[in-house]
Amino acid sequence: MPVLWIFLIVLGIGALGYVVARQRALASVGNDPRHLHSLPSYYGYMGFLFATATALLVLIIWLIAGPMVIEKRVAANLPAGVVEQAASQNLLMAEVRRVANGLDNAVAMGVLTEGAASNARADLTDMTARLKEAGQVITQNVTVPVLRAAQEMRQANRTSKTWMAVAVIALAVAGAALAVLRAQKDFRARNVVERGVRWMLVGAASIAILTTVGIVLSLLFNTIEFFRIYPASEFFGSLTWSPSFGGGSELGIWPLLWGTLYISIIALLVAVPIGLFAAIYLSEYASPRLRSVAKPLLEILAGIPTIVYGLFALLTVGPLLISVFGDNGLGWMQSGTAVMTAGLVMGIMLIPFVSSLSDDIINAVPQAMRDGSYGLGATQSETIRQVVLPAALPGIVGAVLLAASRAIGETMIVVLGAGAAARLSLNPFEAMTTVTAKIVSQLTGDADFASPEALVAFALGMTLFIITLCLNVFALYIVRKYREQYD
Amino acid sequence: MNDMRPLERIVDTDNIKISAKGCQVYYGETHAIKDVDVQIEDNTVTAFIGPSGCGKSTFLRCLNRMNDTIDICRVEGEILLDGENIYDKKVDPVQLRAKVGMVFQKPNPFPKSIYDNIAYGPRIHGLAKSKADLDVIVEKSLRRGAIWDEVKDRLDKPGTGLSGGQQQRLCIARAVATEPEVLLMDEPCSALDPIATSQVEELIDELRTQYSVVIVTHSMQQAARVSQKTAFFHLGNLVEFGETGQIFTNPTDPRTESYISGRIG
Repeated sequence: MPVLWIFLIVLGIGALGYVVARQRALASVGNDPRHLHSLPSYYGYMGFLFATATALLVLIIWLIAGPMVIEKRVAANLPAGVVEQAASQNLLMAEVRRVANGLDNAVAMGVLTEGAASNARADLTDMTARLKEAGQVITQNVTVPVLRAAQEMRQANRTSKTWMAVAVIALAVAGAALAVLRAQKDFRARNVVERGVRWMLVGAASIAILTTVGIVLSLLFNTIEFFRIYPASEFFGSLTWSPSFGGGSELGIWPLLWGTLYISIIALLVAVPIGLFAAIYLSEYASPRLRSVAKPLLEILAGIPTIVYGLFALLTVGPLLISVFGDNGLGWMQSGTAVMTAGLVMGIMLIPFVSSLSDDIINAVPQAMRDGSYGLGATQSETIRQVVLPAALPGIVGAVLLAASRAIGETMIVVLGAGAAARLSLNPFEAMTTVTAKIVSQLTGDADFASPEALVAFALGMTLFIITLCLNVFALYIVRKYREQYD
Repeated sequence: MNDMRPLERIVDTDNIKISAKGCQVYYGETHAIKDVDVQIEDNTVTAFIGPSGCGKSTFLRCLNRMNDTIDICRVEGEILLDGENIYDKKVDPVQLRAKVGMVFQKPNPFPKSIYDNIAYGPRIHGLAKSKADLDVIVEKSLRRGAIWDEVKDRLDKPGTGLSGGQQQRLCIARAVATEPEVLLMDEPCSALDPIATSQVEELIDELRTQYSVVIVTHSMQQAARVSQKTAFFHLGNLVEFGETGQIFTNPTDPRTESYISGRIG
């Protein structure tokens, strides 16, 4: 039975549970809801929750854990010699999985009969041909152990699915029945629903957190793998970045890190003053009408995809800078792709981040502060400089650090605007590259995934992650420390 | 004794610090203050009383043009400070506010140190030539605000860390530091407990020796305690203005009498 069907059936049982539990509760007080502990619908919700919550939870766990258990069992049954013959157990299991899927597809398309698919003594060349016919990509001729394993896997999958359907639906029915039994006049259904809602929210929050943990772990394992085959002292100590996929490459992080920081600093030098001044104008000087128009307009900047900014850098800003600083002008710039190009465009991208957040923060400074200052005979700009901005400072610092995290993580603008040359240089008109841009180029190359040239991407990603994490923690610290200054 | 008489009269006329004539205030379409005439004397505490929304705070804010910061607010008529119309084009509201200081309903110390709170006004008006000068001004203002003894050991601590009553006295000291001639107080005690209130009231009485003080208050007892002159506002009109004792014991207008005896408001 397909999962969707199981899901719909569980929901159906839940709906039934709602109706029955609600009616039973009402019936227990002779249809006068005033005598019930909770509103009738709460009994209904309880019926729905009892029916669906555990059933769906079991369904999800089964879907995740089931294949893992089956695969482990099938792998254990593979003859030892076969595993040694193949490069690794992972590769072999991938092949088994492919054949199993292929058999399923072939049966579904009518190329194979169910009997033939389960036949352990089938003709191998014929089977391979039929699987290819069914559109399954198979790297080599199917061997006997692989076919056996695939068939075993299919069998196990089918049993598992049947049991899953039975277990989930039984749980749903049991839950609904329990709720209906409990739907009596004095039962505190409202409190039960309240707890149910709470656990639902807890679930949502923990999914977000667990995903983060998962991302970090996936980075971490590959990073450890990288440092096993490439010395960390070289990675953090070398000043050269010259990956060569033939081997013998130097993978020093410094040129990339320098490029990242240089471009980010230029971007912030553009974005912070402009964004902050725009925010001050919008929140302190502009009339409400102008503000209601100008603020959304400014925020449109934040909605432009970064690839469009990249094109803007490549096609407009680069040539513009060349015409001023290039060979016909000051002669500092060789090509349109440079740190300056990417930095300027990235700065423009960050303006709405800084201005929108700062604007909200400046608006949150109580009017009493401004009144106090005006009442002492201060002008508007004196008030802003000496009272409003200091009071809003923690929030503004937070906004700037958030923008910095964005700048450090930005990729597309760098790829198109800053070039691809990793170098350590102080000249902002030279091409450089950043950590993120190199992660893309290292992973999209032809390198063997197990080579240091490809794995270095994870080490770079991990370094970047730690840097932005530190920035965010620092921002949080600043905001916490100064948050209660005015009140 | 007789030749003292003309002299006394001159002092009386000189004594008028602020005089409003036919003052009207509009908030958009709403006519908030209707034709108010009032004369505020120097070295006197004048109390504005009246029910909520009667326009007493609005009128107070006209006296140092704080209403200018509200876009839809429009003021008509004349308000003379030392004989000069403060709504004249050549008057700079920023300078006016240095002369007519203001203390607000809720204590609003800046999120700065106690010292910087007091030094804020003198700094922006360039009243101190040196750091030593500034130190003197800060100490003098804090003493006048009757808070020096409590804060002298922690001038570098934030002003927001003080208690409510201390914060309000800090704000009064801050207003005093710019050497104003008039001090406007908009319900300065409404956020304070009784002890802090009595401290601030004592302070107001002392301030009278140097400034003309105008105080808006909801508490009639407070008006009776601290003021010499009282003005009663009702629905945007100035109903009655006179000696505090006379207003509270023998009001001429029936509306004043009803308010004071608690029948309206």
